[in-house]
Amino acid sequence: MNWGSKVSGKHIMFLFRFKRTLKLGVKSLWMHKLRSTLTALGIIFGVSSVIAMLAIGEGASRDAQEKIAQLGSHNIIIKTVKPPEEQTAGGQQQTLQEYGLTYADAERFRNAIPDVQIIVPNRRVSQQAQYRTHRIAVEVIGTVPWYTEISQVRVKFGRFLSSTDMHYKQGVCVVEERLVKELFGFDNPLGQDVKIASDYYRVVGITTEQTRTKVASSFEDKDATGAKKSGANLGGIYIPLTTVRDRFGEMSLQISAGSRNIEKVELQEIIVKVRNIDEVLGTRQSVQTLMNRFHKKNDYEITVPLELMRRAKEFQRIFTIVLGSIAAISLLVGGIGIMNIMLATVSERTREIGIRRALGAKKRDIIFQFLSETLILTLSGGALGIILGILIPFFVTHFGRTRTVITPSSLFLAFGISAAVGITFGLYPAYRAANMDPIESLRHE
Amino acid sequence: MIQKVDKAVKFETDTPILVMEKLCKNYYLGSVELRVLQEIDLTITSGEYVAIMGPSGSGKSTLLNLIGCLDRPTGGDYILGGQSVSMLDDDELSMIRGRRIGFVFQSFNLINQLNIVENIQVPMYYQGFTEHESAERARELATMVGLGDRMKHRPSELSGGQQQRVAIARALANDPLIILADEPTGNLDSASGTEILAILNNLHEQGKTLIAVTHDEGIAEGAERIIRLLDGRIKKQEYNKRK
Repeated sequence: MNWGSKVSGKHIMFLFRFKRTLKLGVKSLWMHKLRSTLTALGIIFGVSSVIAMLAIGEGASRDAQEKIAQLGSHNIIIKTVKPPEEQTAGGQQQTLQEYGLTYADAERFRNAIPDVQIIVPNRRVSQQAQYRTHRIAVEVIGTVPWYTEISQVRVKFGRFLSSTDMHYKQGVCVVEERLVKELFGFDNPLGQDVKIASDYYRVVGITTEQTRTKVASSFEDKDATGAKKSGANLGGIYIPLTTVRDRFGEMSLQISAGSRNIEKVELQEIIVKVRNIDEVLGTRQSVQTLMNRFHKKNDYEITVPLELMRRAKEFQRIFTIVLGSIAAISLLVGGIGIMNIMLATVSERTREIGIRRALGAKKRDIIFQFLSETLILTLSGGALGIILGILIPFFVTHFGRTRTVITPSSLFLAFGISAAVGITFGLYPAYRAANMDPIESLRHE
Repeated sequence: MIQKVDKAVKFETDTPILVMEKLCKNYYLGSVELRVLQEIDLTITSGEYVAIMGPSGSGKSTLLNLIGCLDRPTGGDYILGGQSVSMLDDDELSMIRGRRIGFVFQSFNLINQLNIVENIQVPMYYQGFTEHESAERARELATMVGLGDRMKHRPSELSGGQQQRVAIARALANDPLIILADEPTGNLDSASGTEILAILNNLHEQGKTLIAVTHDEGIAEGAERIIRLLDGRIKKQEYNKRK
């Protein structure tokens, strides 16, 4: 073998010693199986909790970020919020409340803000939809043809609303995929007529579902309009905005506890799409200024998905730090456990150390011997911990229906940490073993 | 390629293998100075069989530790195999112990988790023998001390005499300059003790240099020279007639 000349005798000797020392380490750990297992458990749980916690955190964060991204990073969402109840003169039976976004607002955004690419005004109404004898509750979304440009909703069959529909206030609708089965059963919905309130609408297209995100819905829930609240879980039917305005009007009547309450709301939301992502925050300021000027009542709310995303990332960072520190503490505890056991092992084997020293072992031989034992313990614990750490997120996903993402870097991190724990907490006992006086250790009983 | 133990240099008879000049060892108990050994002058030649005797507290063990390079003298000089060892550092002392000295202890001091062959391999392990080489030599040595059929046994499965034979085999592993025995028969019944003495005598006849610290007059009788210590000094040296 020619390569032999490159590998010096020193290297071979080192490898040979390394192998022997490892063998010896395994042997003496094997002699105290229970003790070794219990000690390794600390590392196993530490490592697996690092991996599992990071996987759960990463899964949650990706979930949130994807959902926010679906809201559109270029979008600014302005929503109607019912302002705090004004205290009217007692005994009044009938009130008219007028609030919320208006068509004028949408017009103003278009005229006054330079970076706006498109503006989508939406009107949302809760209604009953009927097909033949089948009735279900739906959310009617009065919108514009370019709605698809600001949302993730895509047409699957047929077409979306067109500008002709808008212009002629056509009685057409586009239904969400989930409604197809609920409302039409096995019939092909395209070309069928659906009765909403008192009018019929022809189905011209089927779209994918709009994202009912956790993040988004938590904001929707703040919306005090009853219709919107229940609308959050209903299937959506898209109808031209002009048609909705014509046929449903802007009033809604609520009767509660003997008083009649009429609300007038023009639009439930306006979504502004900004041309350039750098201008999102600036445009938000302009929108805020405009709204402040024309809405003295606090009847709107501005959501910027980009901000949410930044906040989510910040939250994720804190989450990772917290989880990381908990896991690090558990590894630290595991490490201290290992150090404790190794110190006990060293004092138990004082005599053996003395014998080995008398027979020619150098201090570093002794250090190497005990350090390798600790390393075998922590690295095998680390390997088992990785297996367990992969299994835990698997079960969490399977039974807890929570998304988990195991990143390769977390595996390397966990393994690296267990090796570092092994070296850190193994060095002191090994050092102590090596520095024992051979004469004293030989006398040790 | 692998560094082997330098075979014990063939010393002519009467070549001093161990020279001590005015060797002192002091211990400090707080501020009190304990002079355990005072001005020891000693020369031991190759192939000699020396017994060191003396009452307890006379400094026998300390002298043994110094000879065995387990400890460093406070003063004076100690030359082992032509090399001064009084000023060596810990690693170098370990090296000397491993290569030049074979220890036989009163309480055998075998490692319980290792079997007989593995125990004999331990000193060779630290000198860089390969597993194969050291295992082969260990088996030869085990056979030589009459334990050829017990090689896979653990020390705890052997009698005291057998354990001491393993210890002797281990002491011979690196072919040392000196075999240093500390009360080798102290923990044995008389039959086993006699057996061990026979082995030691046999080694002596093969030309090994033996130094034994003992109370056992039996050993003393077998030795060529008896060094009697008292209060940290050599009180007298007696020479037995060669058999």
